[in-house]
Amino acid sequence: MAFLEIPNVSIKGMAATMPANRKDNLTDPLVNDAEKILKNTGIQYRHLADEGMTASDLCEDAAKRLLSDLKWNAEEVDCLIFVRQTPDYILPASATILQDKLGLSQNAYALDVAMGCSGYVFGLSNIAALMQSGHFKKGLLLVGDTISRTCSVNDKSTYPLFGDAGTATALEYKEGAPTMKFHFGTDGSGKDAIIIPDGGSRNPFSEDSAREEDIDEGISRSKAQLVLEGMDVFSFGISKAPQSVKALLEHFEIDQETVDNFAFHQANLFMNEKIRKKLKIDPEKVPYSLPKYGNTSCATIPLTLISERKEALEKGSQKNVGCGFGVGLSWGSVYFETENLTISEIGILK
Amino acid sequence: MNKEEFIQFFAEQFDETEPEEFKAETEFRQLEEWDSMVALMVIAMIDEEYNVKVSGDDIRNSTTIADLMAVVESKK
Repeated sequence: MAFLEIPNVSIKGMAATMPANRKDNLTDPLVNDAEKILKNTGIQYRHLADEGMTASDLCEDAAKRLLSDLKWNAEEVDCLIFVRQTPDYILPASATILQDKLGLSQNAYALDVAMGCSGYVFGLSNIAALMQSGHFKKGLLLVGDTISRTCSVNDKSTYPLFGDAGTATALEYKEGAPTMKFHFGTDGSGKDAIIIPDGGSRNPFSEDSAREEDIDEGISRSKAQLVLEGMDVFSFGISKAPQSVKALLEHFEIDQETVDNFAFHQANLFMNEKIRKKLKIDPEKVPYSLPKYGNTSCATIPLTLISERKEALEKGSQKNVGCGFGVGLSWGSVYFETENLTISEIGILK
Repeated sequence: MNKEEFIQFFAEQFDETEPEEFKAETEFRQLEEWDSMVALMVIAMIDEEYNVKVSGDDIRNSTTIADLMAVVESKK
């Protein structure tokens, strides 16, 4: 079964950086029916990366500010994992570039993980598993995407929803730290529900890839741009996300009432509220950053905790559940406890 | 599965279309109010009331409410 328990690793702090360019769905001429979109998705503002700004740039900024706020030296960081779907290059891995830009030691372990909506939960399990034996004392989990740059501006099923963000989570080996608990699921038969068909090895980028095609009313895009089959993703999300959270809580005998924060992947308000109601979670325990930032792919879980729960996480202990679900199809839930975290102010990168 | 009940649940997902307009043979995708949001609400209704997961193709391949009802029945 896809349950995992990892001891001896604790989260010390979190940071997020947004691109300076902020769009308002209500005034963006590219968004039709803006009020309806706002009502159904809950998304008003989105921060969009300009050409040339990458997810690794955003994560680099978040990581530098977090290291400074934690008073950690970059050379002390033993391992770095970068979760993303929008790397700097097809190769090399962006994590190696980040090792250099952040000034990490050449003895550091650096790895990219190519995951989206479920990526924070997977990435957290990866880095915590690496660190649990105590060989690595300090680690950085960088999670972010510039997914808006993969959307067609003429696609109403993607363009108004997605924003860009980079986050950093700092972790430390600490004997006796409360165990992190995980549940994971995967269904590759749903790969076509969220996909960029061209540009990889299966369908290499060709002249044809760049041609914009009319798919449906209000939906035109090329094969090198993001496809989101809304109905399939919705149907998947409202069944798998609650199942996963339920499985996690039941398997590890965690009382739902004792959890302070349920940070869900920010897909859209209609879907997220269905999930919350199915699990019968009190609305006060379910923070939303959707109105401010939209769907920022793998960054949504840490971004939501940073933007909506800064004070609570900084002062005292909190019990948290994170749940990511989407592209893959892939989903996962995590339970982790935090104490007096360092939460950096949200950064803006120009 | 109760046919009248399914049609009633289906009709409840619409704000403006009169309930009387919904019959088993109604071609729902031709209704003026039908859009991607109503589609999601129908998917959610089927999930909640029948514990059945319908896909985008299931919706697209159904012409009438009866067609969709048959899909739900087959997946139960």
